[in-house]
Amino acid sequence: METRKKTKRRPSRRILPGFGLTMGITVTYLTLLVLIPLSAVFIRSSGMGWDAFWTAITGRQVVASYKVTFGISFLAAATNAVFGFLVAWVLTRYRFPGRRILDALVDLPFALPTAVAGIALTALYARNGWLGQFFYSLGIETAYSQVGIYIALTFIGLPFVVRTLQPVMEDLDAEVEEAAASLGAGRAKVFTQIIVPALLPAMLTGFALAFARAIGEYGSVIFISGNIPLRTEITPLVIVKFLENYQYPQATAVAAVMLTASFALLFVINLLQRWAEKNS
Amino acid sequence: MSIQATHISKTFGDYRALENVSLTVPDGRLVSLLGPSGSGKTTLLRILAGLEYPDPDALGRVLFHGEDVTDLAPGKRGVGFVFQHYALFRHMTVEKNISFGLRAMPLSKRPSTDEIRKRVNHLLELVQLNGLNKRYPSELSGGQRQRVALARALAVEPRVLLLDEPFGALDAKVRKDLRRWLRTFQEEIQITTIFVTHDQEEALELADEVVVMNNARIEQVGSPQEVYDKPKSPFVIEFLGNVNRFRAGDSHHSTAEAGVLYVRPHDVEIQPSGATPHQQAIPAKVLHIFSAGNFARVALERIGTHEHFEAEVPRERLRELALEQGHTVTATFRHIRLFEKNGFIEDTNLLAP
Repeated sequence: METRKKTKRRPSRRILPGFGLTMGITVTYLTLLVLIPLSAVFIRSSGMGWDAFWTAITGRQVVASYKVTFGISFLAAATNAVFGFLVAWVLTRYRFPGRRILDALVDLPFALPTAVAGIALTALYARNGWLGQFFYSLGIETAYSQVGIYIALTFIGLPFVVRTLQPVMEDLDAEVEEAAASLGAGRAKVFTQIIVPALLPAMLTGFALAFARAIGEYGSVIFISGNIPLRTEITPLVIVKFLENYQYPQATAVAAVMLTASFALLFVINLLQRWAEKNS
Repeated sequence: MSIQATHISKTFGDYRALENVSLTVPDGRLVSLLGPSGSGKTTLLRILAGLEYPDPDALGRVLFHGEDVTDLAPGKRGVGFVFQHYALFRHMTVEKNISFGLRAMPLSKRPSTDEIRKRVNHLLELVQLNGLNKRYPSELSGGQRQRVALARALAVEPRVLLLDEPFGALDAKVRKDLRRWLRTFQEEIQITTIFVTHDQEEALELADEVVVMNNARIEQVGSPQEVYDKPKSPFVIEFLGNVNRFRAGDSHHSTAEAGVLYVRPHDVEIQPSGATPHQQAIPAKVLHIFSAGNFARVALERIGTHEHFEAEVPRERLRELALEQGHTVTATFRHIRLFEKNGFIEDTNLLAP
């Protein structure tokens, strides 16, 4: 009886100490770094009135930039989902000389200043660049075009897919594949029916991260895109242009749209990921 | 389907997992590969399944019913393989797991959807999991998962069933139940079955024939009774059941392997101190009495040499003797084994004074 009373009085004693402290720091940190700056965007733009807001976010040039940013980001992330999968596969499945160097290379897009990457890519893919000359001779304009934006966004998104897939691939149970093989499944069947379903949630996460990064990317794109209004202008550039003209409310209005859209997209991808996890 | 493996060697880098191992398993038998970890038993099983190949430079061959399957892919050998950790497909329901092998067949051989459903239900009945068709593996207990794995392996109607430590990951109670169930099940469907275990109790209880392995080689093959009663080597006697070791007497030092005598605890009899002197009787002191269970285990120390040994005594006998810690008793041995190059000898006057 004595002990029961005691435990009743302190029902939620935790084994791990420090919950209060760490939670407090976490909330403060996230508030200062994420929540306040982001809400400032909405507060600034809410002051301008609905009509002005609507005009700002539906301008012809602005809408064209949404299409460019979201469309090409999606394509780039999808490309990375496929090829990043391949890179992660090679890095986890096979042992070969130079594997570690290749592995380190994957992180370079993380580390390189994006402007440097942008200038390098532009130089390479320009009409007279090392790689550009081949593409131009095939009639593909790789610089100052949407193709250029696609190249830059693919470049910066690659590590996200590879780094999310790698640990999951390493944890894949070899026995499961052996079980499938001993039941008569060929390599193709094992891959499509056993391996891919198991990796799908991680693939979606990697895709989402690459996508989110591409939407917000600025530095590497503006050099290679050429920034032709209505054709190769990305939304972040539109925002910067507003800022340069001291049109702060317009800038925040477009930023608010981007934030909302990104949040909605990430939310959908999260739901998809939950669904995939449930089935694997 | 009989299984024959001849001259199998397998090395992983510098590590020698199997060294010239040969084994024959007659049709319909339930055989256990028993040994400590690293003895090569799992490697041998995986080679039989085709999940591993014997060293190419060696003469190793695997024959199923006289037919050479050494170079055949695992899926073409007609083996059902059950993994220690089940290896179920987590993203598939029980039903899809079990029917995987059937659905993986080429169109010409694949049964109709109706037929597949019928077979799945029949298999679920067989492993006593009726009605769980739509569950996911994560919603099942360990024992249930292992039975799904078994049903999945049986769905393709294998000629041989291979199980790798099938009960290793289960708790003691479930393990015992499942073990008995597998025994009756195997008798019913009469499929040649080989299972790997490091648990001697499991091997002795379940198998028709026990293959004791150690250090990449087979130590002994025989019925459970044979390997227990007539162990061919010190390793076998030490690995199967408990055993006491004594230093051999001087007269036998030259012939005895390492001069060690073996006595099973149930071959030790305890008598009150000063009872009829006997050639194999030694004085000993009681160190401890573990009296849980039908038999009490009495830990003893031989007076003079300080060798420790154990006796298994029925509870009743313990009460008769009124044993207590610190008592001095006389221990006599019913069987003493001494290993020599050509097997073991049982003798009376072997103990060192």
